[in-house]
Amino acid sequence: MSASTNAVIPRVLKSHESDLIAEWMREQMSVFSRSTSKVKEADLRHQTSEFLNLLQVATEGGATDINSADFSRVRDMLHDLSRTRSISGFSPAETATFVFSLKRPLFSRLQKEMDRDAEGLATVTWAANELLDKLGLYTMEVYQRSRDQVIARQQEELLELSTPVVKLWDGILALPMIGTLDSARTQVVMESLLQRIVETGAAVAIIDITGVPTVDTLTAQHLLKAVSAARLMGADCIISGIRPQIAQTIVHLGVELNVVSKASLADAFALALQRRGRVVRRIESTPRT
Amino acid sequence: MERIPILKVGDVLLVTIQVDMHDQVASALEEDLTTRIVATGAHGVLIDISALEIVDSFIGRMLDNIAAVSRVLDADTVVVGMRPAVAITLVELGLSLTGVKTALNVDKGLALIERRARPDQDDDGD
Repeated sequence: MSASTNAVIPRVLKSHESDLIAEWMREQMSVFSRSTSKVKEADLRHQTSEFLNLLQVATEGGATDINSADFSRVRDMLHDLSRTRSISGFSPAETATFVFSLKRPLFSRLQKEMDRDAEGLATVTWAANELLDKLGLYTMEVYQRSRDQVIARQQEELLELSTPVVKLWDGILALPMIGTLDSARTQVVMESLLQRIVETGAAVAIIDITGVPTVDTLTAQHLLKAVSAARLMGADCIISGIRPQIAQTIVHLGVELNVVSKASLADAFALALQRRGRVVRRIESTPRT
Repeated sequence: MERIPILKVGDVLLVTIQVDMHDQVASALEEDLTTRIVATGAHGVLIDISALEIVDSFIGRMLDNIAAVSRVLDADTVVVGMRPAVAITLVELGLSLTGVKTALNVDKGLALIERRARPDQDDDGD
């Protein structure tokens, strides 16, 4: 691409700035017509003129690679825009439109500019097209990345929420496990269990696996690790809530669970109370039904 | 060389580890403790590791060894005050110290040894 065509884009951006902004704004607003509450016109106008300005400065040096240093401010601006939109719940299409809707106004200006030069027009259009596509893809990439971050954070929060350690009685803790047990979760479970043992001075911990859908050798190993760690802290563990299918799987896999296990949490609790020297009994005075 | 003090409280020997355990200190402790058990006829050994922040496989094995030796000499070993991080590390190292009894703190450790010493309450279940 020759130097003369190279300079056309920044020149057009500069000379037609105000009407480009106006038309581009119209293009963008048409997309948001159904959900006007999401975006304020003033904000959009500000973003629009800022982007045009930055783009003009970036292309002035003849740079075409959007990863180059010339484009760093354009990238930063798109990055911020994309992230803000992703967080405030814009759809991918609405986010990408910001860059892509510049095409129509820009191309029509370029056409006027290159009036009699068909070959030059084709070259310039192609260059502009390529540039805007790349910027659009960059926007999408950032959008996707911020979405991924949100998902990762939610996973983390879910992890902490799903592993409560409950105090059932003085010196007795219960740990109702829900969901698949992988190494990361076992680590969190183990840490919170041990921490609670220290805080409450518990001597018995009941690990209830009613909510664990499947138990394979790895899961069993993770469970045993938690049990061993609790034992090192001076607390005995009881495993409860082993469903019939899981009991069969454990036996078929040949896994040895060298831990006291009970069918239900109630049975485990009764055993734990007994170990603490307590017993649950009916009060004599209540009328029997 | 640094040595870890061994205190005699009634029938129980109390060891409080307050310094970083080098291998040499650990070996010396093992030896001293064996001698003291024989000399005092103690029936319980309480090792308080609440100040211990770092363990390696050697220390883990040392605890196991002390327990095995004391058992031969008719004394129960109880390790007390292990920190959560230390417990997780030991388990990850594959050392679950199966021969060692554990308790959360010195109080509970002493109670545990006491209970073992009195046969009428020895039907605890574990």
